[in-house]
Amino acid sequence: MTKPTNTTSHEATIADELALNPDHHEHHEHHIPKGMMRWVLTTNHKDIGTLYLWFAFIMFLVGGAMAMVIRAELFQPGLQIVQPNFFNQMTTVHGLIMVFGAVMPAFTGLANWLIPMMIGAPDMALPRMNNWSFWILPFAFAILLGSLFMEGGGPAFGWTFYAPLSTTYSNDSTGLFVFSVHIMGISSIMGAINVIVTIFNMRAPGMTWMKMPLFVWTWLITAFLLIAVMPVLAGAVTMVLTDKFFGTSFFDAAGGGDPVMFQHIFWFFGHPEVYIMILPAFGIISQIVPTFARKPLFGYASMVYATASIALLSFVVWAHHMFTTGMPVYMEMFFMFATMLISVPTGVKVFNWVATMWRGSMTFEVPMMFALAFIVLFTIGGLSGLMLAITPVDFQYHDTYFVVAHFHYVLVTGAIFSIMAAVYYWLPKWTGRMFNITLAKWHFWCSLVSVNVLFFPMHFVGLAGMPRRIPDYSLQFADFNQWISIGGFAFGLSQLIFLALVIQACRKQGEPVSDRVWDGAHGLEWEIPSPAPYHTFETPPVVK
Amino acid sequence: MSGRASNQNMVIRLVVIVVGMFGFGFALVPLYDVFCDVAGINGKTATTAAVYQPNQIDKSRLITVEFLTRTNTGMPWEFQARTKRLKVHPGELTTVEFYVRNPMRTNYIAQAIPSVSPGEAAIFLNKTECFCFNQQPLAAGDEAVMPMSFYVDPQIPADISYFTVQYTLYDVTARADTLDTKDNPYLKRTSATP
Ligand code: HEM
Ligand SMILES: [Cu+2]
Repeated sequence: MTKPTNTTSHEATIADELALNPDHHEHHEHHIPKGMMRWVLTTNHKDIGTLYLWFAFIMFLVGGAMAMVIRAELFQPGLQIVQPNFFNQMTTVHGLIMVFGAVMPAFTGLANWLIPMMIGAPDMALPRMNNWSFWILPFAFAILLGSLFMEGGGPAFGWTFYAPLSTTYSNDSTGLFVFSVHIMGISSIMGAINVIVTIFNMRAPGMTWMKMPLFVWTWLITAFLLIAVMPVLAGAVTMVLTDKFFGTSFFDAAGGGDPVMFQHIFWFFGHPEVYIMILPAFGIISQIVPTFARKPLFGYASMVYATASIALLSFVVWAHHMFTTGMPVYMEMFFMFATMLISVPTGVKVFNWVATMWRGSMTFEVPMMFALAFIVLFTIGGLSGLMLAITPVDFQYHDTYFVVAHFHYVLVTGAIFSIMAAVYYWLPKWTGRMFNITLAKWHFWCSLVSVNVLFFPMHFVGLAGMPRRIPDYSLQFADFNQWISIGGFAFGLSQLIFLALVIQACRKQGEPVSDRVWDGAHGLEWEIPSPAPYHTFETPPVVK
Repeated sequence: MSGRASNQNMVIRLVVIVVGMFGFGFALVPLYDVFCDVAGINGKTATTAAVYQPNQIDKSRLITVEFLTRTNTGMPWEFQARTKRLKVHPGELTTVEFYVRNPMRTNYIAQAIPSVSPGEAAIFLNKTECFCFNQQPLAAGDEAVMPMSFYVDPQIPADISYFTVQYTLYDVTARADTLDTKDNPYLKRTSATP
């Protein structure tokens, strides 16, 4: 699609020398500080991308361990392993970690690595802020995890921290929760500002808006969503804080407030937030599918417009999370139809991916396997979403495992699978070596089977009325829950394969790869050497 | 390529958006109240007394009004509606009574919060007098009978023939403006501890 046509001689020499003469490496990287301090002080977008990705991976494993506790408790009806209060802390912190610690930082890591390389920029626009936005994150999560060890435990009110659960009925660790969410918010806002400024100001000559790779487009729109709604989340946690500790009554009916208002404010943030977690995934899939179908993306412009309209619509559908709060009928109808409207641009995207593959010369390398699984399984999640959008039906499904099934299909087999697809797709570019394909296939097939054993039966128990976030359940759900738990353990273990694979790759094991890595790959990042040198595009390429 | 200055410019503009959206989060609070007030949809009734206009009683309709009471978690008072359910003509002024008792050994101050269901009925419920307009202090062991006078607006839509008014009693002792428990105008019987 894009190709730097007049690579400057300077760049060409670096490229050639790095590829042909690995000894030259040392000479060129002598100014990279060594040891720990390199990572603490780095302002290099590739280093920061790597930090984000490793952080996200560690959080994914920590949050996953909590999911294992949940599934172990739910293996049988009755209380076996943990007490209800601890169970609630596990569901709460699992959700918070996966959303704010795993999915979002992983996307930010990918943005850091890829956006400059895709638009032909030498780095992010604000490298020092970039360093800050990463390095405050570990503190946020240390505080959140630390709160679990406080007297009375950590947050136990669900990741949605509904008032009055988080105000009247929570313990003092709520202060730490609020503080850590503030830090997470500041980090993602800084990350988003950086992405926007980079994309606006640092594109290489000739990289016009409608030539930008879709990953860049989707991230740009995501970044705008982030700066629009993360501050609202910050406001919501602040109100919880003052209600709890400083005597205000935003959400307290006795003082003239309204607990339902909490839900409005939260979901005004919360629904755009779920799109923050899926738009970059759409971008990734739109990069991968054309590569392995060996055809340009079908309907590039419609992809851009669909992304933008999803983002805009996401601001007017929030109350589909609140159908059972007693809204008047005409508002229920409005939110029902607005929600269903979102599936139109979403459908456009799925259509375009399928049309890209139509009559393509498809091959099924590991990134493509994950991308295909994404398309199928994300669509299942979209369809259950559509069912939930039907107001009268939602009265039955709300707060059951059906909702849990829905959002795990869109988030695990959606967002997380896209992140894995992205890692497999770009990892050879980052390390210069092909990853262990056998392990990767094991990882794929184990994950694919187990994730469906894990989440598909949740639809059934949900429809049958099993409520979410409860440590016990009635006997008739026992068989399904056993299957779900087995799927859960298997999915958890499968991720250790991924861990082993990534560690191998970072140790530079495996066959060296060519610059293009995948023969159907297009875009600036495939024009530079593999592994991507520490500094790229110091002289901007010219995009024709 | 654009330089540092243009980066700074953009950052400033984006930070303004961020700050604006933080403010917007808080602005949602009054906006929400105004919106619900205007649309009359969250089941909240007016917090000040309405003035009764006696001449427009609609004898052709009867609306069933049901009264529910509950006490918030941690609020130990007894709280009952003396009239559980009644039928009224729109426009007709009616008074119902609620009984409360403080069974504890300490003085309490309560605040009753009404909620109407379906929410759309709320703006058609006009209260000319209500114990919920004020905080209610009650000394240890005291009882009170609290009146509530209301009429249903004759404009109430034809499809609403039945609505429920629920009062939840909250313990606001800790945060109340110190009220003298002897001031309670509805006091019925005091346990006569000096
Ligand atoms: C076709 C598009 C979608 C539709 C129509 C849709 C609809 C809905 C509805 C109606 C609910 C509320 C269910 C209830 O609580 O009763 C819901 C919950 C949820 N959805 Fe979706 N959804 C869609 C796509 C997505 C995507 C793409 C994501 C994230 C990547 C997502 C994440 C969630 C989450 C996290 C919840 C549950 C939040 C909670 O209560 O904890 N949804 N969805
Ligand atoms: Cu939503």
